Amino acid sequence: MIPTLIVFAYLGVVLYIGVFAFRRAHGKEEVEDYFLAGRSLGPFVFLMSLFGTNMTAFAILGSSGHAFANGIVTFGLMASPSALVIPLSLFLIGTRVWALGKRYGFVTPVQLFRDRWETSHVGTVIFAVQAALLLPYIIIGMMGGGTTLAAVSAGRVPYWVGSAVVGLVVMSYVFMGGMRGTAWVNTFQTTLFLAFGTISFLVIGWGMGGLGAAAEAILASPQSHLLTYERTSPLLFLSYTFIPLSSIAFPHITIFCLTARRMSQFKRTVVLYPLCIAALWLPCVLLGVMANRATDAPKVLAKLEARQALAADASTLSSAQRSDLRAKASGDDVLLLLLERYAPLWLAGLLSAGIMAAVMATDSQILALSTMFTEDVFAHYEGHARFGEAAQVHTGRAFVIGVTIVAYVIALRLPESIFTVAVQYAFTGFAALSPLLVAALFWRGSTKWGALASTLWVAIGVLGIAAFNTIVPAPPPGQATAVWSVAGEHVLVRTAGGLSVLGLLPVVPMVLISALLMLVVSALTPRPSAETIARYFPRGGRGAGEAPLGSVQAVWPFLVGMSVFPGSPAPHKEVLRARFISFLEESWPNRPKRRCIR
Amino acid sequence: MPPRKDRRIVRPDQEKMKRTLLVLATLAVYLLHQDVWLWRSARPLVFGFVPIALFYHACYCVLAALLMWLLVAHAWPAHLEREAELRHEDRRP
Repeated sequence: MIPTLIVFAYLGVVLYIGVFAFRRAHGKEEVEDYFLAGRSLGPFVFLMSLFGTNMTAFAILGSSGHAFANGIVTFGLMASPSALVIPLSLFLIGTRVWALGKRYGFVTPVQLFRDRWETSHVGTVIFAVQAALLLPYIIIGMMGGGTTLAAVSAGRVPYWVGSAVVGLVVMSYVFMGGMRGTAWVNTFQTTLFLAFGTISFLVIGWGMGGLGAAAEAILASPQSHLLTYERTSPLLFLSYTFIPLSSIAFPHITIFCLTARRMSQFKRTVVLYPLCIAALWLPCVLLGVMANRATDAPKVLAKLEARQALAADASTLSSAQRSDLRAKASGDDVLLLLLERYAPLWLAGLLSAGIMAAVMATDSQILALSTMFTEDVFAHYEGHARFGEAAQVHTGRAFVIGVTIVAYVIALRLPESIFTVAVQYAFTGFAALSPLLVAALFWRGSTKWGALASTLWVAIGVLGIAAFNTIVPAPPPGQATAVWSVAGEHVLVRTAGGLSVLGLLPVVPMVLISALLMLVVSALTPRPSAETIARYFPRGGRGAGEAPLGSVQAVWPFLVGMSVFPGSPAPHKEVLRARFISFLEESWPNRPKRRCIR
Repeated sequence: MPPRKDRRIVRPDQEKMKRTLLVLATLAVYLLHQDVWLWRSARPLVFGFVPIALFYHACYCVLAALLMWLLVAHAWPAHLEREAELRHEDRRP
């Protein structure tokens, strides 16, 4: 009971911060103030809230649950690639988005795309796809909230009530405080879960009789693979480095880049970000793995038994029995069960509040969806001009309520684990949308048709993955079902974690095909006006800044290769050749002329 | 406020070399993620409980932070901020 009360007290504090932010705004109904905190966030709040926004239920509950079943490889799959790719994308793309937002007053990424490619309806399509892809991420926040409250209260607060309470609290402070409330709450929450994560680690480790003893016991058991990467193929491991590309393409992160007061605030953020990732993920992954030795905790033991039954009798079990066992073996709440078993009651409550802090990072996504709807649909289609600025903010608030209700209803029905929902749908979709941002910021030759082709591909691809995962039943963990093979090579495989393509996560073909479509379709369609290109590329051939070395250039040989292919029509060859030469002249003005292909 | 004068003059070829080295360093760090040489090793347990492969990836995070520090120190796109401030008044609706 005590831990439950502490968690509810914590929810009250969070709610108060949202109300305080509302008062601080002095009832302003200005769009920039509500949606971007007036572009005024300071360095500490910017770092902490950006990190907190990225670290959701996925980072705390999903990581420890995945490590419980798969071992230390979880850190190498998700944390260490994020430590490189996320700060790098903030450095290369985030700073440029900030500069363009400051210069032209953009509030959402779709506004940037519309202006950059001189389009209206393609922007609306991008909005629709981004909004649909963001929903799974909001849903995992709700799932995390329900799981946490149910585990902390030992089942007294059912999952559906827990999800509803978290949804209501988040909705309330986003509704009132907007971006300022969200940023302050995120800062408070990030500080809390970084501090309590370390304390949890120490308390549970001590309670288990030392982590060294637990590690040695695992090594001496048949589960010793949990302390190595031997059950993961190097190819799959490599493909996980594509997942963090999604971070900068998430609208809530792109929008967050616009809230910094000065661009220099990115400096500290990109340097400290990898260290924050290590500080958060290391304890979660280690505790998730060591939970395999916590057999004196009855609920953990039940999970281990369910996992064993699933592995031993997989072929004789019906689909329903397998689903039931998979749900029982799921490790999403394993961290909370360890706290319940090894920490004193009052401390377990405080630590659970820290976990709840991370789980509730879903606030930024709800606010981002609301911002996008009001700016990219309401204001874009004359709503702002007709009804005024206050009506726009009210519409945003109404949208917050709508999105929360939809996410809640879906969270109650979803059978999959937090890790699977995040990796298979939200991360894959947004990673495949990242070529849009890169092309808009660094490639003069990109066009709205290229953007449309990429966006439609992402929508079709994610729907395809969802259909595949629904139609083909999941095998037990560690096993795989080959669905389509060519010449003995498995092309499409169903694993416990979802679809695998040629041994890779689907995110790899999704990103590569999306980038290819952007390049090929843009090369064949008319560019925006020279005036627009000049605004985005004021330094001649170089981008909104400078082009990253070799990013776009690397793909041109492919197009030139296409142009000399015997079957391609002659006019097509000429168009490609002319485009290639003009591309070289624009993006590499000082090249030695003798190397020019003419 | 008048623009601050740079204390040292960087030659274009030096600048180009610096950028090339930074790109190579970034690629090297990316490749170092794929630690196939530790694939089947759990021992030694660092501090008595951290498997060596996990310790490697924790160190990898520190390496990533160092790389970001290098990028911020030597390739910070300061002109973007200057341009954004200068053209702030040109805002489009």
